[in-house]
Amino acid sequence: MDQFTINLLFVGASFALYIGIAIWARAGSTSEFYAAGRGVHPVTNGMATAADWMSAASFISMAGLIAFTGYDNSSFLMGWTGGYVLLALLLAPYLRKFGKFTVSEFIGDRFYSQTARLVAVVCLIVASTTYVIGQMTGVGVAFGRFLEVSNTTGLLIGACVVFAYAVFGGMKGVTYTQVAQYVVLIMAYTIPAIFISLQLTGNPIPALGLFGDHVASGMPLLEKLDQIVAELGFNEYTAHHADTLNMVLFTLSLMIGTAGLPHVIMRFFTVPKVSDARWSAGWALVFIALLYLTAPAVGAMARLNITDMMWPNGTQGEAVSVEQIETEARYDWMATWQKTGLLDWEDKNGDGKIQYYNDKNAEMQAKAAEKGWTGNELTKFNRDILVLANPEIANLPSWVIGLVAAGGLAAALSTAAGLLLAISSAVSHDLIKGSLNPNISEKKELLSARIAMGVAIAVATYLGLNPPGFAAQTVALAFGLAAASIFPALMMGIFSTRINNHGAVAGMLAGLTVTLVYIFLHKGWFFIPGTNSFSDADPLLGTIKSTSFGAIGAMINFIVAYIVSGMTKATPQEIVDLVHSVRVPRGAAAAQDH
Amino acid sequence: MSDNSSNNAYWAANVRIILISLVIWAVVSFGFGILLRPMLSGIAVGGTDLGFWFAQQGSILVFLALIFNYAWRMNKLDAEHGVDEE
Repeated sequence: MDQFTINLLFVGASFALYIGIAIWARAGSTSEFYAAGRGVHPVTNGMATAADWMSAASFISMAGLIAFTGYDNSSFLMGWTGGYVLLALLLAPYLRKFGKFTVSEFIGDRFYSQTARLVAVVCLIVASTTYVIGQMTGVGVAFGRFLEVSNTTGLLIGACVVFAYAVFGGMKGVTYTQVAQYVVLIMAYTIPAIFISLQLTGNPIPALGLFGDHVASGMPLLEKLDQIVAELGFNEYTAHHADTLNMVLFTLSLMIGTAGLPHVIMRFFTVPKVSDARWSAGWALVFIALLYLTAPAVGAMARLNITDMMWPNGTQGEAVSVEQIETEARYDWMATWQKTGLLDWEDKNGDGKIQYYNDKNAEMQAKAAEKGWTGNELTKFNRDILVLANPEIANLPSWVIGLVAAGGLAAALSTAAGLLLAISSAVSHDLIKGSLNPNISEKKELLSARIAMGVAIAVATYLGLNPPGFAAQTVALAFGLAAASIFPALMMGIFSTRINNHGAVAGMLAGLTVTLVYIFLHKGWFFIPGTNSFSDADPLLGTIKSTSFGAIGAMINFIVAYIVSGMTKATPQEIVDLVHSVRVPRGAAAAQDH
Repeated sequence: MSDNSSNNAYWAANVRIILISLVIWAVVSFGFGILLRPMLSGIAVGGTDLGFWFAQQGSILVFLALIFNYAWRMNKLDAEHGVDEE
């Protein structure tokens, strides 16, 4: 059986499983559609949250970004896990006690303002749509590779699948489907990592292997990696090269954003009790950590393997020849990925060999001139392909490659579905039922939810064709937007009785607008390529890149809300009472539909 | 809401636990992982230094401990102040 058939088999079987579960648990009433009847056990909920959370960005993209940058991209690891601490301590239990369906309902009630609710809806839609763009980028890479078509075709097919999938069932379908997706996803991520860790370090646990010894050279793995990448003129893997201020702000943006994204927060509305909401955040992080502790090992080991592939005789020896790439079985992955348009090489100096090195490095330029090299010949290596190509690069059995295909699609699909649900509930429940047409029938509300999903996915697919960055970078922008708008409003709503309706609205608007404008100035207006005035290589404000601006946006939100609240009328007594009641678990509404 | 003074004490205790947890949260990630890394560079961990380990592994493990500790302490605190769910 060839690899293509095996991939289809794995992907097909996993899909059949998810759709089977979705049909079995198909959503009936609207309350089930939104919050799965609030009867989900914390461990189950944690697992589903983990699947929901770990998207194409975590699964497909992140290890690739770490692999090619090293330590400097640790921000992704700390940022996307550290946010759970904020979520568990500052938001989850209180929002569960409050006991409504959506984040904007809380904001609307706490700030006793229809305007606040609408502004929150707009913030949610902007952040979620940006997030879906990143997912679609990952979906395009995954479908492109496994159907062996171009990235664009893969994206269009993927969009249809995501849409069909999300429309199928509401959250109840999604909760149990996502448990299945988590299992597929984590196996797909860790099994190849275990194989590779065994090959390189002899240690079956990748997180330990990363700090172990490289069997072939006897040196510590990271020291070996530092050495060979430095010999090719790249930055040392473990060293700190990035701007420190930007790294801190980027990490903080990802953390705050994690605690401000609607599809994750919504998960905590579905546990039976307030005390369960606290445990649930912990369980979610346990399941997430299994992948996040493995990811840096995947990155480092893949970088070592790729360098080894390109320099089979060592970095001081002869580079790999074009003939080897074309004929040897272990280089087959390069030809398959070339078809997607995301990997390419070119024998620029016509010596029959492919020299991979950093041609921006002055020392390497001198060495290249001496050896007759005319530039880096591994001309394109899209970071988003690394995790999916990794088992092929390491020459693992074909069933492992099929499993990774299924896992990558599970990651992208589950998050895209969760986000589409958040967008559709924001539009139908908050926007239409909550303000435009309160008397809408349940049936029409469900219909408008589905139309909203369709529109969101169409926009995301269109923008996903020319994404503003690699999957994880686009997703990071979404986190910045959520950090600047939603998180501060939620936190102040719980921890301060002084922040009033005007303060919250002004704060959210200021945070969202400033952050959005900063992002558009660097990534193009509405992410349309070529319309940007600045670039992240030389940002508007010092060293602060557009992906890191969310932390600044959040500070602006806090400050504006505080000042405006100070100048306007104090919060009414019944709202102060509401805040006090949210702070204690006693009296939480029972789980519904039980 | 019959016993407001108890609720105030409960909330103050909660905020105190949160503050301590967040200090640890910031120290292991922004501190050990980024800003204080040069100070920890003398401590070798498998081919690199302790700061690198905190940035890529250690901080995540500490985050886990923080959340479970918080859930456990708070569920106990709820009962002590009589505000737990019946």
